[in-house]
Amino acid sequence: MGKMTVDLCGIELDNPVIPASGTFGYGYEFAELYDINILGTFSFKGTTKEPRFGNPTPRIAECTAGLINAVGLQNPGVEKVLSEELPKMRKVFHKKVMANVSGFSLDEYVYTCSKLDCCDEIGWFEVNVSCPNVHGGGMSFGTDPAAAAEITAAVKAAVSKPIIVKLSPNVTDIVSIAKACEAAGADGISLINTMLGMRISLKTKKPIIANVMGGYSGPAVYPVALRMVYQVSSAVGIPVVGIGGVSSAEDVVEMMLAGASAVQVGAANLIDPYASKKIIEDLPRVMDKYGIDSLKSIIGGAR
Amino acid sequence: MVATVKQALLEIIENVKIARDVYKMILRGDISAITTPGQFVNLKLDGFYLRRPISVCDAEGDKVTLIYKTVGGGTEKMSGMKPGEVIDALIGLGNGYDTAPSGDQPLLIGGGVGVPPLYLLAKRLLAEGKKPAAILGFGCADEAFLDKEISALGVTTTVTTVDGSRGVKGFVTDAMDGADYTYFYACGPEPMFRAIDKAATSGGQYSFEERMGCGFGACMGCSCKTIAGNKRICREGPVMKREEIIWEK
Repeated sequence: MGKMTVDLCGIELDNPVIPASGTFGYGYEFAELYDINILGTFSFKGTTKEPRFGNPTPRIAECTAGLINAVGLQNPGVEKVLSEELPKMRKVFHKKVMANVSGFSLDEYVYTCSKLDCCDEIGWFEVNVSCPNVHGGGMSFGTDPAAAAEITAAVKAAVSKPIIVKLSPNVTDIVSIAKACEAAGADGISLINTMLGMRISLKTKKPIIANVMGGYSGPAVYPVALRMVYQVSSAVGIPVVGIGGVSSAEDVVEMMLAGASAVQVGAANLIDPYASKKIIEDLPRVMDKYGIDSLKSIIGGAR
Repeated sequence: MVATVKQALLEIIENVKIARDVYKMILRGDISAITTPGQFVNLKLDGFYLRRPISVCDAEGDKVTLIYKTVGGGTEKMSGMKPGEVIDALIGLGNGYDTAPSGDQPLLIGGGVGVPPLYLLAKRLLAEGKKPAAILGFGCADEAFLDKEISALGVTTTVTTVDGSRGVKGFVTDAMDGADYTYFYACGPEPMFRAIDKAATSGGQYSFEERMGCGFGACMGCSCKTIAGNKRICREGPVMKREEIIWEK
């Protein structure tokens, strides 16, 4: 057992570093740059039942310490993920991958997860409940404890693998939503998804993003994410995956002290394609510097 | 062609103003990943979260030339950088122009800051024994650049300006009337492409721009729909063939 290994819902990771969904595709673009098998795992591009082009462009706006994206879950749909993306991924990544799944109705979540459940290379489902519910007036599943619990229970009943529910920070009380998911059978919680934000061009005097608003990510959201990881991990008994602006090995350690069992790296991969690799390679130095023998032992240490 | 992306540390050896709001930066380093005219680099600048995508004007040996217009904070910052400073660059980005279908007399059509990649393209076409001609459009004489350098390669070059202060008065399409060409390669603003598409009498390729997150295909920020399916401007583009483009309103 290495000093960086952690356990995530019964599966051992060589290290806690996980590129976040939507910043790492299905892995193979990054595999041209480095051996992605050094990662703990990665969470693949959010996959839906039907193919999606996503939102109109511009979809990206820069911010002081991050970016806003309104990609809108562009993906080829679960059939093509199974027939094209996963076979390509398998050639370059030989560990269990995290399957990020989204839907616009309860049935879509269940359908997509059921389709993917047979894949040996999938270790976990990461269920993104931040999408709008088309049958529920467009409100995000993730903003209502009852709706989040309903999705959790339905997916849990349909699949054999552990499910991690990815929560939105755009809520009044994230702890109540996390507890509802735990009670409904979630094996883990990951947080935070992006924060709703916007930018306006002074030249055109109109929003930069065609969709007007988008999800803000990057170093600016890190303290918010850390706080929410602390709150949620204090309130639930299942593993928490910390996400939000993580850009360094120090950020990983701090996130684990707050209560994260593993940590996702998102926006940083887009700025520096080697970011996740550099963080993993720097972790031993940071552990030594702060007298940490085992990452597993520091989880929730700040509480 | 699918690009092979590389990260490179490039040292600035020259950074000078060459026209109104337009600068030329020459950088030195391992630029072996830049293989095709029409590719771009993505530059990390201190104080800016996202990289700045800039098209490659020329790449020869260990030197790459970028010509950029100051359009915002990032390019303003670039314009103040000095020789000796080092920039973290992702290079070898984008597909670039395909010279195979050009025929003997390809026409290069550039508008404003769309002109730079046509320089390396002209060199490549000439090296292949072809006889390219160029039409370069600008707003006015003060904004014109690179026409003499492209002409000096041996390319018949026509300049157009909207106000008529230099060359042909009007748009690039005004100089396309009666031109004899086997194929075209265009780079510039999208309204120019739409006008070219109405006027052009041959096949051709356009190089598109879009706001990018990563520049290497990870974030899906710059996707567009084409006849051949969804493409990422940064990865399967920025160059698209005329026949695959869907001109949305």
